[in-house]
Amino acid sequence: MPEKIIADKAAKDSFSSSSAKQKILAFSSLIILLIVFSFASPNFFQSNNLIAIMLATAVNGVLAIGVTFIIITGGIDLSVGTMMTFTAVMAAQFVANWHMPVMVGVLVAIMTGMVCGFLSGVMVAKLKIPPFIATLGMMMLTKGLSLIIAQSKPIYFTESPTFALIAMGSIFSFIESFKIPNAVLIFFALAIVASIILNKTVFGRYTFAIGSNEEAVRLSGVNTDRWKIGVYAFSGAICGIAGIIIASRLNSAQPALGPGYELDAIAAVVIGGTSLSGGEGTILGTVIGAFIMSVLTNGLRILSVPQEWQIVVTGVIIIFAVYVDMLRRKRSK
Amino acid sequence: MAEPLISVRNLNKSFPGVHALKDVHFDLYPGEVHTLVGENGAGKSTLMKVLAGVYQKDSGEILINGKPVEIPNPRAAQRLGISIIHQELNLMNHLTAAQNIFIGREPKKYLGLFLDEKQLNSKTQDLFGLLKMDIDPRVKIGELTIAKQQMTEIVKALSYNAKVLIMDEPTAALNEIEIEELFGIIRHLRSQGVGIIYISHRMDELFRISDRITVMRDGQYIDTLKVSDTNLDHVISLMVGRKIYESAPQIDLAVNRPVVLKVNGLNQGKTLKNVSFEARKGEILGFAGLMGAGRTETARAVFGADPIDSGEILVNGNKVTIRHPSDAVRHGIGYLSEDRKRYGLAVGMDIETNIALASMQSFTGFGGFINIKATRKAGTDMIQKLSIRTPSLSQKAKYLSGGNQQKVVVAKWLIRNCDILFFDEPTRGIDVGAKQEIYKLLNELAEAGKTVIMISSELPEILRMSHRIVVMCEGRVTGELLASEATQEKIMKLATQRESMVKTAQERNQYA
Repeated sequence: MPEKIIADKAAKDSFSSSSAKQKILAFSSLIILLIVFSFASPNFFQSNNLIAIMLATAVNGVLAIGVTFIIITGGIDLSVGTMMTFTAVMAAQFVANWHMPVMVGVLVAIMTGMVCGFLSGVMVAKLKIPPFIATLGMMMLTKGLSLIIAQSKPIYFTESPTFALIAMGSIFSFIESFKIPNAVLIFFALAIVASIILNKTVFGRYTFAIGSNEEAVRLSGVNTDRWKIGVYAFSGAICGIAGIIIASRLNSAQPALGPGYELDAIAAVVIGGTSLSGGEGTILGTVIGAFIMSVLTNGLRILSVPQEWQIVVTGVIIIFAVYVDMLRRKRSK
Repeated sequence: MAEPLISVRNLNKSFPGVHALKDVHFDLYPGEVHTLVGENGAGKSTLMKVLAGVYQKDSGEILINGKPVEIPNPRAAQRLGISIIHQELNLMNHLTAAQNIFIGREPKKYLGLFLDEKQLNSKTQDLFGLLKMDIDPRVKIGELTIAKQQMTEIVKALSYNAKVLIMDEPTAALNEIEIEELFGIIRHLRSQGVGIIYISHRMDELFRISDRITVMRDGQYIDTLKVSDTNLDHVISLMVGRKIYESAPQIDLAVNRPVVLKVNGLNQGKTLKNVSFEARKGEILGFAGLMGAGRTETARAVFGADPIDSGEILVNGNKVTIRHPSDAVRHGIGYLSEDRKRYGLAVGMDIETNIALASMQSFTGFGGFINIKATRKAGTDMIQKLSIRTPSLSQKAKYLSGGNQQKVVVAKWLIRNCDILFFDEPTRGIDVGAKQEIYKLLNELAEAGKTVIMISSELPEILRMSHRIVVMCEGRVTGELLASEATQEKIMKLATQRESMVKTAQERNQYA
């Protein structure tokens, strides 16, 4: 039946091209933003400003990478912002208050994030609490614990100057024109590693599979609960990395920080074309999404647009991005 | 015959309040297709779920190759070589065919840290080749047709070295050509010594594919028959426990009946091409054709659910503009979707609300309050008129049987004063007994002067019910038949009259 084969092939072509279109669309909007802002202000396309943008992207980008995994499983995580703060506070408690080595602080932050993520995962997978509620609880829990441990005051790393170097130093500092801060390098490295995990390992395969049809995966003899908990724990560990970066950047753990970060992370994921209904998504998209958000904020600030209006514009962009994605899906159907 | 692959002896299974299986017997030999029939609730699915390890038996014995076994979970069933293909396919649409087949058993490389996609695809290619299936392992499942998705599920089941394959309503969503393809695969598996347990509501299929038929009723084993020794009427009478006389086909309707709905030259992208037809008062107009012939699309276009490119619609001789379902309803056109649960009913709400839902405006009184008295009366009237079987008006729609749910949907349109009703696959997923009730209802509606337009993929149903039959293929109307002249063969011929074939025939005529 040659007709049928042709029809199948046509369906396939239109699908793959429409999926590619979304990536091109996100990427080209980023490029357009860069060009527009470069023309609008001579101060925009300066290496200092570009580094500032990358630095501003790093924390949100790292969080968004973790959230990407959770959203691909069809879940959501509202706790990443406060969880990040909690890991930072824990690190500060060990390094600044108990005078432990910096390395211990890093490990403590990552472990703390992992344990919190693990608990969220258990609530979602085992106790069957909807992810929205489970992570809302986790958000409040970590926020409260941060304030309790830090006694509602920032903890400063005055006695461990090396801590600030984690994010703000640069391992390439010997090259004069390439002073990209470590925070940015960590972000990029993490994006590459996460992308490989998502596309080349069993962990990534099950992340997609669970988001696509959890029951089918379970009936195929896969322990879906365990993998789901794994995804939340993995995302939690990434929150720990974000916690280190932000604490290092601010040279302190700010216990009141955090709320709002989770929504920025989700926004970056969504702008990057990851479907909130699960089963599809890319790390590259998320990275582009995170950049679109910070380029926008940075550019509007340089153009002296008031901060209030920056927020309004970001909101419009998110709605627009999701709408375009819906259009694409409808057409590919 | 050889030793049975599976024998089930005196199997019992109870759920709170229901004795679902009572002393059931069943056996399956290698290389046979054994069909299980019975009305909904007869216990077929329960029996299959016990075999597949989803449910646990209360008492009785399951022997596999003569040895008693326990099947505590789906994994154990898989290890014993029993695979089940559920009616709702269990696939991950975003993953490729190969990734679906080997989910949970992915080949790995580099110390097991990474997936070996190459090996995954070549293994899948081998499996597809073995069954002569033309599917690309790297194509995403969601982009394949339902038929190919199902074939992928079969391949997945076989890749566990299944000796027993259970198929629950595998043809429900397939067209005639795809069904034949599926049967080809089933026959091939049978010749390889695989035992196949087949469940279907489509009676005409049983005799095409089965070797033996086991009938169940009310959780009890009734009889096992050899296909060569029995006939359809006998099987049906065993299923329902009483004799059902196939009602006589409709006779032609008097031509002088007024035309209520006239559709002229409907066009919609590639799906509908110059579709024209008319329907008369008191008529049951059947729409036949293969899956994807454009029947549902026609109904949806007339109903205003999808936009059209061109064409006109006349109701009672007046040209009307229908841009939205609310326009259609205003002109007395109702559409009953094949997916009742998704588009027809608010399943979590009670019957009264469901019946009144589409006519809320006429039940709303001063200040936007609902006139409960009126809705209750309308509901009670309809329950009586359509003999909806329910303990009360406040019963939730989801607890009704398929046939009674269908009646609730009909009631909803009737109190909206719809005189032209499109029924899209009104008996899909409904058992034999309830089907008769639906047929009776359609006949009564027509007798009461309503116009019934029935889309159905079951030819016997089309032939039995329709006064007139419109046949579609690839978005075009390829023919129209009167009840008196219609046969399965004629309909199938029209339903497969592809455009390319028509063209070549025309060209041939030109040169001749």
